[in-house]
Amino acid sequence: MDTNIIYSLLGENFVSYAIMAIIIILFITVYALIAILAELKISAWMQRRYGPWRNTWHGVGQPLIEVFKLLQKENITPDRADKFLFNLAPFVVFMGALMAFAVIPFGELFIPSDLNVGIFYAFAVSAFGVVGIIIGGWSSHNKYSLLGSMRAAAQMVSYEIPIAICLLSIATLNGSLNMETIVVAQSGWFWDWNIFGGAGGATKLFVIPFTLSLFIIYFIASLAETNRTPFDLPEGESELVAGYSTEYSGMKFAMFYLAEYTNMFIVSALITVMFLGGWNSPFGDFLNYVWLQPAWFIAKAFGIVVMQIIIRWTLPRLRIDQLMYTSWKVLVPCGLFCFLGVALYSMLSL
Amino acid sequence: MEISKFINELQSSINFYGIIFYALALLIVVSGLVTILANKLMHSAVALLFCFFGVAGIYAMLAADFIAVTQIMVYIGGILTLIIFGVMLTTRMTEANERTAVLDSTKTAIGALISACSGIGLVLVFLLGDWKQVPLEELPESTLQDIGNLLFTNYIAAFIAAAILLLVAFIGAALIARRKN
Repeated sequence: MDTNIIYSLLGENFVSYAIMAIIIILFITVYALIAILAELKISAWMQRRYGPWRNTWHGVGQPLIEVFKLLQKENITPDRADKFLFNLAPFVVFMGALMAFAVIPFGELFIPSDLNVGIFYAFAVSAFGVVGIIIGGWSSHNKYSLLGSMRAAAQMVSYEIPIAICLLSIATLNGSLNMETIVVAQSGWFWDWNIFGGAGGATKLFVIPFTLSLFIIYFIASLAETNRTPFDLPEGESELVAGYSTEYSGMKFAMFYLAEYTNMFIVSALITVMFLGGWNSPFGDFLNYVWLQPAWFIAKAFGIVVMQIIIRWTLPRLRIDQLMYTSWKVLVPCGLFCFLGVALYSMLSL
Repeated sequence: MEISKFINELQSSINFYGIIFYALALLIVVSGLVTILANKLMHSAVALLFCFFGVAGIYAMLAADFIAVTQIMVYIGGILTLIIFGVMLTTRMTEANERTAVLDSTKTAIGALISACSGIGLVLVFLLGDWKQVPLEELPESTLQDIGNLLFTNYIAAFIAAAILLLVAFIGAALIARRKN
């Protein structure tokens, strides 16, 4: 296989698949530590605090210390909870987050699985997160958990529709659901990215407003999909304690936490693939080496993660009716309109 | 490569494909049994999650990539979420011990008869059906284009009928949910 360096070195067999999976899990762990540190530091910076400072140099070891703290905590299961489902839920949630990594193309030579329906797959497996959150909230036998999980499910199901419209538009624009094809179609300079209408001549000026709005729609919907502020009603602490994770502690809570940060990376990676040119360098052939492509990809995706964090500490939380209004009366009609524009552009092949 | 040759020999002696198939089959059968035998409604719903997931895995092994992803999308993302919502909304919300009803013997007999008939029918289809075997090398790389072509040529009537059905369902849902003044 020429789409993955590990498969071409070791052949396509279960050992190389296992190595691939281990690399991805290691990546998630390291990424989550950095993202949590970024969250702590950026929140402190935005509130004019110091943030974590005392442990290790400038507090950079804080996330690691928190992980060890969570690891050694007692494994508590509430007395009246449904024990099996209560313990199962964090794994289902994390499984959904992990499964999406199977199709994320980090570089020309680092695509774990070059699936023909890649984007559709990454979108479909997010369903595991919804089911896992409902299971967790229901099995806790706690009214706050149940309300939180029902809010989470309603919100994630509603915001899947604008996301689906955005995927559909990009599939129409590039004529493929395959992530590699979509990224290759955007190679070149940064004005060839899908956010600026994809590669094309002067006629693409017509489609730029549509793709730009689709990018904004997708970004807003992805904030809701990962339950981040201003859409973090499922864990609104002033009303619901901690939502579906109220009864969770220790390692099981850490799994929910890890899944949230992993999901943030996945939606950012999807934005990178769909709108920001994937692994391509923004400046033509400048530093566009095969071995540097994962760095470009991770840098773009992490930039979006940082944007999500900054928005979390900027905006207040929406009310539940405003949340539904945003999805059904703003994002869905706007998305459909943009989809029509993109479809017209693709059909006329301007 | 030396290493890759060694691993490939090891793999052919184990038959990785078979292991995955039997693991998925076991998952489907066990979770299917749990779905119908579990006492709590919620346990049935969660077992159904693994059942659907196993079926999606079987589809993926049959090189039907689009159907596999659609299985996850529609059944886990749509129908299962709807079932769990239904369970949570129709019973008392925090009641963890909602049990599935036990049917009386006549209903059990009718149900057993129908399941036995459909089971026999499926076995007959498997034994007598006109199956075409495609060698692994001749499999199409993706089923996506073919599905799209067929859907918009031969099966366009069914496609439009499904679209109209969905539209009617949408309007009906909005009508039922509308606030009555």
